[in-house]
Amino acid sequence: MSSYLEANARERLALFDSFEEFIGPAQRVVSPHLAQLNAPVSFDDGVVVGRAKLGGLTVFAAAQEGGFMGGAVGEVHGAKLVGLLRRALHERPAAVLLLLETGGVRLHEANAGLIAVSEVMRAVLDVRAAGIPVVALIGGSNGAFGGMGIVARCANSLVISEEGRLAMSGPEVIETANGVEEFDSRDRALVWRTTGGKHRYLLGDVQRIVEDSIPAFRQAAQDAIADARGGTVELTLAALEAEQAMLEQRIERFGALRDPSDIWSALGIAAPQDIPMLDVDSFTAAAAPHRLGA
Amino acid sequence: METLNYRFEQGRRPLSAEPRIVGVVSSGNLEVLIESTPLGGACEVGIQTAAVGFGPIWQAVITDFQERWQLADTRIAINDMGATPAVVSLRLDQAVESMLGEGK
Amino acid sequence: MNAPIRVWDSLQRNRNDRLARARSVLGGDLAGKALPAARIADLLHAVLENGDRVCIEGNNQKQADFLAQALAALDPQRVHDLHMLQSVLALPEHLDVFERRVASKLDFSFSGPQAGRVAKLAAAGKLNIGAIHTYLELFSRYFIDLPPRVALVAAEAADRHGNLYTGPNTEDTPPIVEATAFKNGIVIVQVNRIVDELPRIDVPGDWVDFVVQSPTPYYIEPLFTRDPAQISEIQVLMAMMAIKGIYAEYQVQRLNHGIGFDTAAIELLLPTYGASLGLRGKIATNWALNPHPALIPAIEAGFVESIHSFGSELGMENYIRARPDVFAVGPDGSMRSNRAYCQAAGHYACDMFIGSTLQIDLAGNSSTATLGRISGFGGAPNMGADARGRRHASPAWLKAGEQARQGSGSIPRGQKLVVQMVETFREHMQPAFVERLDAWELGEQAKMAIPPVMIYGDDVTHILTEEGIANLLLCRSAEEREQAIRGVAGYTPVGLQRDRRMVENLRDRGIITRAEDLGIDKRHATRDLLAAKNMKDLVRASGGLYDPPKRFRNW
Repeated sequence: MSSYLEANARERLALFDSFEEFIGPAQRVVSPHLAQLNAPVSFDDGVVVGRAKLGGLTVFAAAQEGGFMGGAVGEVHGAKLVGLLRRALHERPAAVLLLLETGGVRLHEANAGLIAVSEVMRAVLDVRAAGIPVVALIGGSNGAFGGMGIVARCANSLVISEEGRLAMSGPEVIETANGVEEFDSRDRALVWRTTGGKHRYLLGDVQRIVEDSIPAFRQAAQDAIADARGGTVELTLAALEAEQAMLEQRIERFGALRDPSDIWSALGIAAPQDIPMLDVDSFTAAAAPHRLGA
Repeated sequence: METLNYRFEQGRRPLSAEPRIVGVVSSGNLEVLIESTPLGGACEVGIQTAAVGFGPIWQAVITDFQERWQLADTRIAINDMGATPAVVSLRLDQAVESMLGEGK
Repeated sequence: MNAPIRVWDSLQRNRNDRLARARSVLGGDLAGKALPAARIADLLHAVLENGDRVCIEGNNQKQADFLAQALAALDPQRVHDLHMLQSVLALPEHLDVFERRVASKLDFSFSGPQAGRVAKLAAAGKLNIGAIHTYLELFSRYFIDLPPRVALVAAEAADRHGNLYTGPNTEDTPPIVEATAFKNGIVIVQVNRIVDELPRIDVPGDWVDFVVQSPTPYYIEPLFTRDPAQISEIQVLMAMMAIKGIYAEYQVQRLNHGIGFDTAAIELLLPTYGASLGLRGKIATNWALNPHPALIPAIEAGFVESIHSFGSELGMENYIRARPDVFAVGPDGSMRSNRAYCQAAGHYACDMFIGSTLQIDLAGNSSTATLGRISGFGGAPNMGADARGRRHASPAWLKAGEQARQGSGSIPRGQKLVVQMVETFREHMQPAFVERLDAWELGEQAKMAIPPVMIYGDDVTHILTEEGIANLLLCRSAEEREQAIRGVAGYTPVGLQRDRRMVENLRDRGIITRAEDLGIDKRHATRDLLAAKNMKDLVRASGGLYDPPKRFRNW
């Protein structure tokens, strides 16, 4: 089973050499809220956390189960993520890897879910401040949306596949709020042009794009960790200011454009209409001279 | 939600120590947690299911499962979200096979 | 005393009257056979007479949508009580004509998405159903007792003489136009464009009376496209059993697949699982089938020698053009489909039909009829029927016939394999196996002469579920047949009431075969076995030639 997209959370852990789970399903730490709503629970509340070996390094990892409630973060799920990140401050692994597949906050759990996600953000930044790189992997069918989309961009480095998606607001939410002329959420090609891996890579929101395979994600994760360990890991004021400047420039350059393929054109890509069908290697080569954040 | 419990005495086949889990609690699917635990040779199966009113079918599926494997000192816990018997049997067999070190 | 003078050319005279009325009302707007779209209502009011039999192309895929809209908008004071003949009721306009009383009677084959509305209109007395037919049966009646007086058809293009190019989506047009033209009826066609020269002539202009270029191209439904991402492990397991337990067992080379994900799974397993069993060139070589995108990997892997199609499939046009050895491609380079001939081929020139259903009873009768919906069955009753007129032999046909007649002492004959493939439980835990088909109640509700059955138990040779295969050919009594069916009905109430001893005995005799008996390891039944797991894989397998419709793309 090689497809990262089709694998469930536990199957994706095959990208590690070994994995030791914290608070595994046998401990049955389940959501305290879902029973009241007559909804089924999951023994691990939809996230696997633990310590892993990756090419000789000891890392911490979390893998979200997109199949359970769309990977959305509830109280226990969030607490496991926060707990993992706080434990990293004590144990100091070489990196923390977040295998994200989530719609964001689990609305069923209301405030508990919201608080959990904000605690995750704080914990990620604390880990970075301690000099431990955080790397996010995005390649599941649910993508990484909502508050967890924000968490993803708080990481040092992101790895994505073309099937993966990264954004804050979901397509349906945008359409509901702003109308179908603004964004037709049923136009799947448009959704992927806007939030999918290739666009994110061209915009510089993610640093690596890989084919949909567990070995490819593994290799990219190792490369991302090595790169991060070679530089500044904590969030600095200078980096924030640079990012702010980049975002302002982006709006100025592209804010009036209607479709992401117009942005690709503006970046200098010769045949933007071909981008969606290119395989990863051809795409990366075509993107190299033009992409932002290179 | 419905809770169903079954217990079968005098199983013959104990499994290894580490608990295993297979499956996902998504629509039409289920997760199966299987653990070794002293039960006087019995096998217990506990089910939490979102599909209410299918007790007799669960009874038949679990009974056939135990006839297949004759498990002893084993506890199986299921969170189900409307899986058909075909998927339930598949996951149960996958759970046992994962304990036996077979399959993926 | 003088005998009354019989008039022998009443139809010709009437036709000439209608044409004269049309010419008179259209005046200078009629250029040869062509009229502007804006004048369509005037034309229809002029050529139609109350009570006319009107055949409109609602095909399975192609829709004469502009003409359907025009017909539905006619003044019922001027035109009413038309008798509609059509293969498929697909568009809302197809029912609007009844709502507005422009039409009152209907003979058809399939209604799919409109089935609920058909039932409502029939119950309200606004739609009087003559009969439900299978496609070939309906076309046949166009030549005997239901000749269309007026035909409303759709074509890709016409030239100035009214010659038509119907192209890949030729579908039902040939028998409709021939039956109408050769009973002095009137043929009106909507075309996407009018050109000086056609790529080829599919319908001679002599048979065509009026041509109108529609404002937008005629609608085509991509019915046969299945996204591999939706195929489940259970469907993969059933596909493995089908390939090993039936295709290989009977050496099935010529076949038709019914529509659905179950058969799509088989198509995607041929180049992987089928190849691993050494079956390339031995099974599934010649097909009566629409151009299923899911068959692309099998074609590319060399499994497929030929495909003749009922219709085309949106997005497959360039792939078809590039594979003229396989598809029914004409001298001009584009395909021609033909539902009538392909249905005949499926009946007589194929050794197996395999398809899905909603319900099966204890005699093996199979139906998709459900309460509140009058949907008909399309081509399935024809494909899923033994071809008793067939005389040429093939290994599969002989083996099936032999299994059915072994020990009976009757004269040897062959039999077509008719396989019904279904999971024991459908969505919402609805059992697929029932003691009594919903068809009985639907038949009473809709005042039909007999319950609407898709495939009769007499014709079903195998039932395949995730629990195994029941070979009904080997059953020697109604009781054996019932227990064979219960034996693969799993945990449904029908299955739970099996006679366990009898079912064990049937398994020993090979009448029931489980996956293990076929040497199939269920652990291998994963999506990894699919030659393509998503639409992009299909596009890549086609070398970029397949161009899926927007709704199937996320790129």
